[in-house]
Amino acid sequence: MDILHALIVLANFIIVPAIAYGSQLALGALGITLVVGVLRFSNFAHGETMAFGTMIVILITWWFTAMGLSIYPLPTALLALPFGVIGCIALVLFTDKFVYKFYRKAKATPVVLVMASLGVTFMMNGLIRFIIGPGDQRFADGARFIIKARDFKTLTGLKEGLAIKVTQCITLVTAIIVVAALFWFLNKTRTGKSMRAYSDNEDLALLSGINPERVVTITWIIVAILATVAGTLYGLDKTFKPFTYFQLLLPMFAAAVVGGLGNPVGAIVGGFVIAFSEISFTYAYKKVFTYILPTEWAPTSLVQLLSTDYKFAVSFSILVLVLLFRPTGLFKGQST
Amino acid sequence: MNYRNISLFAMVFFFLIVVGLIQSWNVAFGLLNLCLLSAIMALGVNIQWGYAGLFSIGTVGFVALGGVAAVVTSMPPVEEAWRTGGPGILTAVLTAIITIIAAMQVWKRASAGIIRNLLMIFVLVGGFFLFRSLLDPAAAIIEKINPAGEGYLGGLGLPVIFSWLVGGVFAAGAAWIIGKISLGLRADYLAIATLGIAEIIIAIIKNEDWLTRGVKNVIGIPRPTAYEVDLQKSETFINNVNWLGMEVIQASSLYVKLSYGILFLIVLGIILWMSEMALNSPWGRMMRAIRDNEEAAEAMGKDVTKRHLQVFILGSAVCGIAGAMMTSLDGLLTPQSYQPLRFTFLIWVMVIVGGSGNNWGAVLGGFLMWFFWVEVEPIGHWILSILTAGMAEGSSLKEHLLDSAAHMRLITMGAILLLSLRFAPKGLIPEK
Repeated sequence: MDILHALIVLANFIIVPAIAYGSQLALGALGITLVVGVLRFSNFAHGETMAFGTMIVILITWWFTAMGLSIYPLPTALLALPFGVIGCIALVLFTDKFVYKFYRKAKATPVVLVMASLGVTFMMNGLIRFIIGPGDQRFADGARFIIKARDFKTLTGLKEGLAIKVTQCITLVTAIIVVAALFWFLNKTRTGKSMRAYSDNEDLALLSGINPERVVTITWIIVAILATVAGTLYGLDKTFKPFTYFQLLLPMFAAAVVGGLGNPVGAIVGGFVIAFSEISFTYAYKKVFTYILPTEWAPTSLVQLLSTDYKFAVSFSILVLVLLFRPTGLFKGQST
Repeated sequence: MNYRNISLFAMVFFFLIVVGLIQSWNVAFGLLNLCLLSAIMALGVNIQWGYAGLFSIGTVGFVALGGVAAVVTSMPPVEEAWRTGGPGILTAVLTAIITIIAAMQVWKRASAGIIRNLLMIFVLVGGFFLFRSLLDPAAAIIEKINPAGEGYLGGLGLPVIFSWLVGGVFAAGAAWIIGKISLGLRADYLAIATLGIAEIIIAIIKNEDWLTRGVKNVIGIPRPTAYEVDLQKSETFINNVNWLGMEVIQASSLYVKLSYGILFLIVLGIILWMSEMALNSPWGRMMRAIRDNEEAAEAMGKDVTKRHLQVFILGSAVCGIAGAMMTSLDGLLTPQSYQPLRFTFLIWVMVIVGGSGNNWGAVLGGFLMWFFWVEVEPIGHWILSILTAGMAEGSSLKEHLLDSAAHMRLITMGAILLLSLRFAPKGLIPEK
C-alpha cells in the first residue's frame, strides 16, 4: 500500500493533463454553445475557426521570433494572440455576411444552416492547408516546465515525479480569465443581457427593441475570441495540425451536448467531464495498481480500459448516454 | 424526363467520350465505373435528405462498413486462425450482445431510481470487462498467425457479389443503432451522432487487426469478373481481340472494366428503379409530407420518428452496398482511404448539385461531381502554374503555391456546395 505515490502518478498522468485539456475543450464548447444559443444552429466549422485563428497566431509568432521579439519564459504566441483574434473575427464576420446572413433572413430551417456550415468547414480547411500546409507545426517556445519530474523527485524525496508544463499552467490561467470575462459580460453588461434575452426568446427580445444584427455580430466576435484562444492553447500544449482540429469537433460537441446545448455553464462542465473521461478511460493503470495492491496481486497487463486510438469512442459513448437518458443535457439546454 | 434532363446526361457522357478520345478508353471506363458508384452513394444520401430531410454526416462510416463486408464475406477463411482464436472471438461477440440486451432489460423492467442506474452501470461495466478478457487473448493469438500475409480471421469464402448485400445489411444495422439513439431529438443531434459513429467505425477498421488487418490492408479480394492475366492467356480472347484489331494487354483491362461497369449499371438500375417506385408510392408521398410539415403529419397520426428511422436505415444500406462494391472494384481494403471529405462531403455535394429529392438528379450529380472531382486537381495545378509563371524560378512562394494545388479540391468543393445551396437550392434536376 502506497497511496501517496499512487496519487502522484494519477496527478501526473491524469489530473494535470485533463485539467489543461478540459479547459481547452470547455473554451471550444463555449463557442459552439453560444452559436447554438443565439444563431440556433450547430456550427460544424468551429474546429476550423479554431485552426484559422491559431494559424494566424503561428504566422505572427514566426514573424516576431524572426524580429527577435520574445517574452521569455512565456511563449511568444501569447504576444501574437491578439492578432490571431483580430484575424479570426474578420474571418467569421466575413462568412456570416456572405453565407449565414442570407439563411437567417430567409428564416431557413437550422438543418440548412448546419449544411452551409459544413461547406464553410471545407472552404476554411482548404484555405488553412493552402496557407500553412497540412503538416505538424510546433510554435511553443519559452520555458518548457514549471517543475520537472526529476526536480520534483529531488525536492520531495519521493520515487514518482510530478511534471507541470508551462503551457498547462498558461492554459488554466488564460481559460479562467476568459471565462470570467465572458460571464461578467453576459451577466453584467447591457449588451450581454440583450444577448441572453435574444437567446431565450427571440420574439420578446425583438419587441423590447433589441437589434438582432448587433447581437449576432457580437456573438460572432465572442465566438472568434474563444475559438482563437482555445485553438492557440491546444496548439501550444500539444501541436498544431489542421486535421486534429477537425477531429476536435466530436469531443467539443459532446461537451456542449452533455452540458446542454446553448448553456454556457454547461459547456464548461461538459468540457471537463469529457476531458477527464477521455484521459482516464485510455490511461494504463498498471503503475497505480502496483502501488496500491500488495506485491503478489500486482497486475501484469497494462490495465488499460481502451487503447488511445479509441479516445473518440469515449466522448461518443458519453454523448450517446446523454442523448438516451437526458437529451437536454446536465444543465437545461435547448432540446428541440 | 424532358429534353433538358436528357441533354444534361448527354453532356456527362460527352465529357466521358472526350476523355476516352483524348486520354484513353481505359481511363474513361475507369472514370465511368466510379461515376456509377458515386451515383449509387448519392441515391443513398438522397433517400435520407431528399425524401425525409435527415442530415447525416456519417456516410463515410457506412461506406467503410461495406468495405468490411466485402472482406468478411469473400476472403478465404484463415483455417488456423478460426481454429485457435475463432471460438474466443465468437464468445466475446456473444457476450457483448448479451450485455447490451441485459442492460436494456434492466432499464425496461426495473423501476426508475438510483438502484436501476447502478444496476445498469454494473451490468455494462461487468460485461465490458468480460468482453475484453475474452477478446484480447483471442485477438492476440490470431494476429500472431503469419502476420506478414494473414494475421486475421479471413472471411467466409463466399462469392464477392454476395458481399454487396451483406454490406447493405451491416450499414443498416449500424444505422438502426444510431437512428434509435438520435432520431426524434433535435435535428442536429443526428449529424453529431453520425459524425461520431463514422469516426469510431474507421478507428475500429484501422486498429482491429484480427478483423481487417488494420493498416496492413487486405489485398487480393476476389473479383466478380475475369482477371486480366487469365484473359491474356485465353486463346478465344486473343483471337477475338485480334479480330477487333486491338492490343491484347489493353483490351484485357478494358474488358475487366467493362464487365465491372455492366455489373454496377445493373445494381444502379435496380436501386434507381426501386427508389423511383418508393418515391411515387403512397409511402413516398407520406415521407415528403412529413419532411415538409412534421407537426401536421404527427397530428394525422403518423409516427414521425419511426418513419425517419426507416428511411435513415434504407439510405444507409444503399451507401453500404456501394461501399462493398467499391472495395470489390479496388480488390483491396485500405482503412486510410476512408476520408470524410471524399465519402461524406463529396456525396453531399453531388446530391445538392444534382437535385435533392429527385433520384435522377442524384444520379446526375454523382456522375458530374465525380468527373469534376477527378479533374479539379489538374485544373488547379494548371491555373496555379499560369499564375506563378511570372515568378522567379525556384522562389519559395512559387513552390509553396504549386505544392498547395492539392488543397484546391477542398476549397472548390466547399465553394460549389455553398453556391449551389444559395443560388440553386433545388439542383440541376429539381424535385417534381
